[in-house]
Amino acid sequence: MDPLILENVNKTYHLDRVQVAALSDVNLRIRPHCFTVLSGASGSGKTTLLNLIGCIDRPDRGAITVAGQRVADLTDDALSDFRLRHIGFVFQNFNLLPVLTAYENIEYPLVLTRMPKSKRRERVRELLEAVGLGMHAKHWPGQLSGGQRQRVAIARALATAPELVLADEPTANLDSQTGASIIALMRRMQRDYQATFVFSSHDPHVLAEADDAVVLQDGRIVRTEQRQRPELAS
Amino acid sequence: MKTLSLALRNLLRNRRRSIATILAMVIGSVSILLFGGYVQNIIYGMQTGYVRGGGHLQLQHRDYFLYGSGDPTAYGITGYQRVIDLLRADPVLSPMLTVVTPTLEFGGIAGNFDAGVSRTVFASGVVVDDQNAMQRWNDYGFPDRPEILALTGTGDDSAIIGTGVARVLRLCAPLHVSDCPQPAAVAQPTGAELPADVARLATPEESPGDASSATGPVGHPHIELLAATTGGAPNVARLEVAKAEELGVKEANDAFIGLHLVQAQRLLYGRATPEVTAISLQLHHTGQIPFARRRIEELLRTSLKRSPLAVYDFKALNPYYGQTVGLFGAIFGFIAVLIGAIVLFTVGNTMNAAVVERTVEIGTLRAMGQRRAGIRRLFISEALLLGLFGALLGVGVALILASVINHSGLTWTPPGRVHPIHLHVRVWGEWRMLLSTAVGLLLVAMLSAWWPARRAARLPVVEALRHV
Repeated sequence: MDPLILENVNKTYHLDRVQVAALSDVNLRIRPHCFTVLSGASGSGKTTLLNLIGCIDRPDRGAITVAGQRVADLTDDALSDFRLRHIGFVFQNFNLLPVLTAYENIEYPLVLTRMPKSKRRERVRELLEAVGLGMHAKHWPGQLSGGQRQRVAIARALATAPELVLADEPTANLDSQTGASIIALMRRMQRDYQATFVFSSHDPHVLAEADDAVVLQDGRIVRTEQRQRPELAS
Repeated sequence: MKTLSLALRNLLRNRRRSIATILAMVIGSVSILLFGGYVQNIIYGMQTGYVRGGGHLQLQHRDYFLYGSGDPTAYGITGYQRVIDLLRADPVLSPMLTVVTPTLEFGGIAGNFDAGVSRTVFASGVVVDDQNAMQRWNDYGFPDRPEILALTGTGDDSAIIGTGVARVLRLCAPLHVSDCPQPAAVAQPTGAELPADVARLATPEESPGDASSATGPVGHPHIELLAATTGGAPNVARLEVAKAEELGVKEANDAFIGLHLVQAQRLLYGRATPEVTAISLQLHHTGQIPFARRRIEELLRTSLKRSPLAVYDFKALNPYYGQTVGLFGAIFGFIAVLIGAIVLFTVGNTMNAAVVERTVEIGTLRAMGQRRAGIRRLFISEALLLGLFGALLGVGVALILASVINHSGLTWTPPGRVHPIHLHVRVWGEWRMLLSTAVGLLLVAMLSAWWPARRAARLPVVEALRHV
């Protein structure tokens, strides 16, 4: 089953009296367990598309199916619950809660799922080790570097084992070396946790790592590229 | 991560603002509690005064309260001693009673005929020992000592008068009343001489019971008290004035005369069967009034059904008490509403600022799967914690300040009092006031957070994440 299907999706923003078509008739299928990059120039509709995929915004027209669920008819609470269990987010600015430690930031979505404490501890420890921050569990976000914060954010996004992880320009606020390491980490996490990753980025390193690439221009998909996944090729 | 824990951490994030908000709540709650404690003390003081003077409940002829002051003998309680005995012996009432005592109140004319002056007075005949026992009632723990009636240990023909009566009757000098100016020119009496038969009434009757009246302390001045007997005839008693008392209220000072019940009955009833105008009942606690009243009403329907009696509590007998309580209640309510409004806007402002500052976090939480209700709960929890800290600190500071005030030795003279009393603020022990203030503060804090919390919860996730 494709984790994500978009059919004739349209989204228009109203800026004062001007209507801006952010997305027009977007049709898209994302392959499962792939590393898909949405690319395009600034204002091409990458972030809007990512927001719709992430169920944090609603299309004006069209249907979106995530993990087999058509999300258009879900109530706000049902959408929240759906996001909690099926979608993980990695933000450009990391968006860690500053009053929570690295451990607690990763634990937070698990608390929302009412997972028992012992299981939570086990899961958070596992994720912290996976992102290489086992020794930083009690660090506050302010005590971590940008790369470390993004690692925590990746671990948090994977905490509830979602089918889909969305990342909006995850390397934009990192230097190229750290950015590359974060991409490598995400690649590994995607493989280890069998999640589908969808990025928005125009970082050539990210594009080079992608299994699939979707190129947007003026709110339309102008090109899609499906590449042979390296591990499948091998 | 529990919501309260997260809320607490968020409050600690901006400590200065949280402290300023809590401080506003502390000042608000301290103001309410200190003023409330002060008012409570005044009300307890008034209540204590009324209960010491006239008991918690009074049995009167059912028409005396409305019509009796003009003709007390027409509305007396016949066989009052039987009623008193019955009340004292009643198994339900007796455990609640401290004192049951009769009183006889009437109007008359007091005269110092040697000086040719007189004035209308309001007289009260009492059983001195009972009244002294009533003065010991101190359910609210006031530090003052019980006042002993000046009639204590005096003969039956003794009386006490208000300083105003002493002034009018030209008795300030012999009664050592200070601050008692005499008129520049004393007008000579122009009225007719007292008729001989009326003057003769003032001559003490010789009877065994009068022995004490002839042996009063030497040097005390005398007055004549003229009143109407049950038959409507005038009767005069010659009374030895034991003391002139300052009663605090000019109207009382200028008209009061207190005397022994026996003497008052002799004056009004002569050799007829004496009656009284009221039977006062003092209870151990004011809270027992409804129970005692219910029982008395039951007795009035059964054992005392032939007696045309009615029972009144001290509030009905002293409407000024209710009016004062109402006035202070209104002032207290007004202040509480004002302070509540200030707290409402202070906390609301704090929460609004928090929502603006944490808009991106709200978006992040919502994106992660936090429901709107969770966001609302988070901000309301923060307000709840602010309110809780404000209330606890407010109560603590109010208790400390009240203790400091109570031990500072400050005094004040309440209306209707003569002597200054210690300024006392009752906060400790006023659990209902403490609890209602704390709960009220919590509710106001939560209410003030409701709108910002709702706004935060309804923020579109995308816009919240985009917030700069």
